[in-house]
Parts: sequence; structure tokens; C-alpha cells
Amino acid sequence: MKISEAFIAAPLLIVYICAGDPTPAATPDLVRRLAAAGADIIELGLPHSDPIADGPTIQAAAQRAIAAGMNTDVYFQVAAEADVAIPKVFMGYYNMIYARGLDRFAGDCARSGITGMIVPDLPPEEAGPLQEACAKFDVDLIFLAAPNTPAERLKMIEKETSGFLYLVARTGVTGAQSDILQSTRDLIARVPGSKPKAVGFGISTPAQAAEVIAAGADAAIVGSVCVDLIARGEVERLEQLIRDMKAAVKAAGKSKAPIVG
Amino acid sequence: MHSLISDTSAVKFGRYGGLFVPETLVPPLAELAKAYQRLMKCEDFKEELNLALKTFAGRPTPLYYARNLSQKLGRKVYLKREDLVHGGAHKLNNTLGQALVAKKMGKTRLIAETGAGQHGVATAIVGANLGFETQVYMGEVDIERQKMNVYRMQLMGAEVIPVRSGSRTLKDAINEAMRDWASSFDHTHYLLGTAAGAHPFPSMVRDFQSVIGKEARSQILQAEGRLPDSITACVGGGSNAMGIFAPFLEDEDVRLLAVEAGGRGLGKTDRIADHGASLGLGTDGVLHGALTKILQDPYGQILESYSVAAGLDYPGVGPELAFLAEKGRVLTKIADDKTAMRGFHALSKLEGIIPALESAHAVGYALQEPEALGDLAIINISGRGDKDLATVMDYENL
Repeated sequence: MKISEAFIAAPLLIVYICAGDPTPAATPDLVRRLAAAGADIIELGLPHSDPIADGPTIQAAAQRAIAAGMNTDVYFQVAAEADVAIPKVFMGYYNMIYARGLDRFAGDCARSGITGMIVPDLPPEEAGPLQEACAKFDVDLIFLAAPNTPAERLKMIEKETSGFLYLVARTGVTGAQSDILQSTRDLIARVPGSKPKAVGFGISTPAQAAEVIAAGADAAIVGSVCVDLIARGEVERLEQLIRDMKAAVKAAGKSKAPIVG
Repeated sequence: MHSLISDTSAVKFGRYGGLFVPETLVPPLAELAKAYQRLMKCEDFKEELNLALKTFAGRPTPLYYARNLSQKLGRKVYLKREDLVHGGAHKLNNTLGQALVAKKMGKTRLIAETGAGQHGVATAIVGANLGFETQVYMGEVDIERQKMNVYRMQLMGAEVIPVRSGSRTLKDAINEAMRDWASSFDHTHYLLGTAAGAHPFPSMVRDFQSVIGKEARSQILQAEGRLPDSITACVGGGSNAMGIFAPFLEDEDVRLLAVEAGGRGLGKTDRIADHGASLGLGTDGVLHGALTKILQDPYGQILESYSVAAGLDYPGVGPELAFLAEKGRVLTKIADDKTAMRGFHALSKLEGIIPALESAHAVGYALQEPEALGDLAIINISGRGDKDLATVMDYENL
């Protein structure tokens, strides 16, 4: 499914998991269960040996997945097997894409039902070649903006992104945090343009998800807490969390004042 | 040959280099690039740096005619004595420069990565001297093998933070420092120790280290009335090599020899390369913010490197060296652990100079292929070997 189709039903809940953690075989079923619990988009992480944008939780998941045999070939098999009706989005580091070849990677995404890519260490300045490859295979290339992104640059990133704009809720790396910062609200408020905005990094509770939606985001992204629950084998608790977060996101969407223009 | 010279503002060296970092790091890197370019044009700043290099670091370092080594190799060999820089290695040239930039930018805290501990020590030195709070990321494995340097850093007031992720060595210490900087850039400068990483680090580190080559150039002209036939330097990330090579890039007749770590041999397994020769044996890829030559598996996972010299134990290399090697301006050579040990002993016995195990790779290569040096050669002795005595004793007891 295309990302833009999913956003017709905004606000959305986007859920990240690390492919191959705890094992590659477990991933397709996890994706299906998360979709059934209410995830609107699945971000499927491809583990990398040197994940510089990730905190300890996702680093550890990547190490476990690599040790369990996850690699790019297995990743695309697993992604194809995870047959869900919601969009699947790749998330991973640029060297993994570069090593496979940009066209081949984007083509493999399309063939395995992945309709978007998030590459946290690839700012738009370096992304020209991958943008071309993505365009060939009709895959969205999603860029990130952060609270310290200056206004002019924010405008450029909003223009370049496709699918949605990924707003990093705070500076630093991925991982759960206790509250949503004023700088996150400011960032949501100052994004120009009309593309959907999804907020991630540090969202781990239904209240936080509701908060970013109420502040104007079109989607909340939840990651590290899911990875953590999977690591502890608490998949049922994860399903409950996703149901609760989805309900909170929808409720926050209804109470939100209609967007003018 | 003009195309070989890269301007300080250059983001790329041919196709290498660039800015492959998370969005949060883009604004701080841009701020740093801007501040650095402004300061390099500022006479007061340059004077302040030069004074510190002279009165604190102990520059200029001698270019020493190694009579006994020359005799053994059958040609004239000069040694550029970076081992005499305060702290015991060339690393202080860069940390002094960057710390002064950080000071002017109003930063109050320094973070750094270290492998062998030499860059960590050089950062601790400037941290103490210029009044910064200093934290150094160091892999758990490296902490174990470099206890003395850990204590040296602590003596000077730096905190050493053990890195337990990944391979728990230098590459993971860089990852951890980048993660720290992604949330601390407001008040913190990330003092990267080598001419690698995202722009502006490769250019900035090269510029601060190029004092080595500038001095060597005028010293050899004074001593011999001509330029050398060759310059040999060891390469891990490449800061001492770029430092001594940069002022000679346009002198086509000066052969630039970059000696990488051959480690235990040139094999590799799924996760580990048995060497650190990313320039000579690596493939194109992105590591720590730059497109360069790296050691990786077919899927793009970074391999762990290996060398008896912790400072050469890195699976990447500076992007400018990758560019210069591809152009054929820099020639890549390999010296394995055994060759380095031979160099270590030879220089100690022949000249009474105990080189760092890193620099011993350059010496070992010279012993192995003396004809490659030409009639008049300079070898960069990037550091002294006191830190390596335990490693050498261990190695030889095996």
C-alpha cells in the first residue's frame, strides 16, 4: 500500500520493529500481529553493525538480529512474507543500501511490498542518487527534520521528502523518554508546507502519542518501547500497548481543531 | 596537479567525503565549518595557535638525520620527530587547534574518542590546559590494553567513559561520541582525532596537522637543498600521513608512501578482518559520516579490523587519502605486525629512538623495501613507543 493512501485516515500510528529480532523467522508474524493490533504503517528496521542514530535499545536489537542471521537478502524475504494491508517502510543506514547498489535496493523494496524508505544518516544533500533510484520504483524517500533544523533548511527538507516528513522529537538518539518537550511542539508548529508530519524518537506511551497528535502531527511513531517488549518476549503486552496507543491517537485526532487551509 | 589540492571548504574529495550524518548533526557540523573557516582567516587566532604550538607543544620538532639507519638502508633517511611533541605524539597539533576553535565558539565541554589512548591523552591535555570539562569515549577492550593511558587521562582531569557496544574498540567509541554530540552540541565540541568523518573534520584535521609537512619541507630544503624522493608515514585514519603529505601534494617527484597495518595477515572472516588496510584492501562505503574506503562484508556491515598497533586498528580511512590513493598520488603499502616489530627494534637499537608501534609500521616498511624510498627519504615518526612496551613484551612472549 502507498503511504499517501494510509494518510487519508490520519492521524496514524506508525510502529517500528527491528527485522530479525529475536529471529528472522519470527518477524513476519510479528508484523501481522502489530497490523492487527492497529498499526497503520510498519517501519521495518534493517540491522546495521554501526547504528549511530540509535540508542542502546535498538543497538542491542540490531546485534541480536545480526547474530541470528539477519542480512539484506533475508530482510527482503522476511519483508515479502509479512503480507499485510498497511504500508511497510524500510528503515536503515545508508551503507547497507550503498553496498547492495541503489537501484537494486530500491527494486528489492518494491518487489517485497515496501513502499517507503527512511535512511537516518542520509540528509537530502547526499540523497540525489537514492532519490533517483526510488523514483524509478515508485518508492517514497522520507527525510528527517530535528528541533535544531533551521527554518530555511526545514523548508528544503519538507520540499524534498516524499510520503511524509519524519520529525525527530528531540536531539540525540532513539529511545524512550519521560515527556514531550516544548521544542517538539515548536518543531511541529513551524514546519511549512502540507505534507504529512510524523513525530518519532522518545514516544513510548499512549499519552505521549496523543500529545504529539494534539500538537498538530499527523502520525506518532513508536519504536524503542516495542523493541524492548519484543526483547522481553512480551508480545501480548506489546499488542495491548499498540491498541491503547491507537485509541489515544484517534481520540486526540477527533478532539483536535480542524486544520484550516 | 592543481586538482589534487583540496580547499578547506571542500565537502568532497572527488567522490569521497561528504556529510552522511543524522539530521541533528547537520547544523552543528555546519556551525563548526563556518567558525573554522572564519578563524583560519583571523591573524589573532593563528598567532594564538602558533604560540601554543611553540611554547606548549614544543614545536618545531626536529628533522633528524638518522645516520645509522641511513647506513643500514644504503640511502639518506631523515626522521620527522613528532614523537617529541608534548604528550608523545602528533595528536596534540590537532587537539590544540580544535580546542582553540571550540573556545572561540563558546563551548565548555570536549568529547573525544580514543583507540590506543593517544588522542584521548592529547584531548585531556588541552582540556586541562584550556579549562574544558573533558570526557573521552574508549572501547572496553582498549581500556583493558591501554591502562596507562587511561590513568594519564584521568590524572589530567578527563573522565574516561567505557564503550560496551559493538566490537568495544575505536569504531564504537566514535559511534558513541557521535551519539553524545547529537544531544550535547549546544555546549560541547566533538574533538575528532583523525582526518576522517564528516565535513569539516577531514579538512580541519589535515590543516592542523599540516604543520608537520610545512616544517619538514623547509627543514629538508635547509639540510639538503632539495626535496626528498619519498615520504613514508603510517596510516590508520590518516592524520599524521595527511599532515606530512599535504604540503608536498604538488611536488610530483616526491613519492608519498602510506603504510597500513597488515596485522596478522590479509585474510578475513565473516565479522573480522585480520588487518587494518582499508585504503589498500577496502571498498567504497559510508562510515562515520563520510564515503571512503572501508572494510565491510558484502552486505555493508562494518568488519572489525586488527593490528598490534591500536592506533592503526580502524576499519576506515580519511576520505582525502582515499581520493589521493585512487588518483595514484599516494601509494598504499602494507606492513604486518612482524614487520612493525622489526621496525620497532631496529629504530630503538640503531638510533636510540623507541617509536610508537604505529610509526614502527613506517620504519618496518622502509627496512623491507628500502629501494622504494629513493636516495633521500623522510619517515614520519608520529609518536613515541613508551605506551607500547607492555604490548611488545606480551607479543614477544607468545
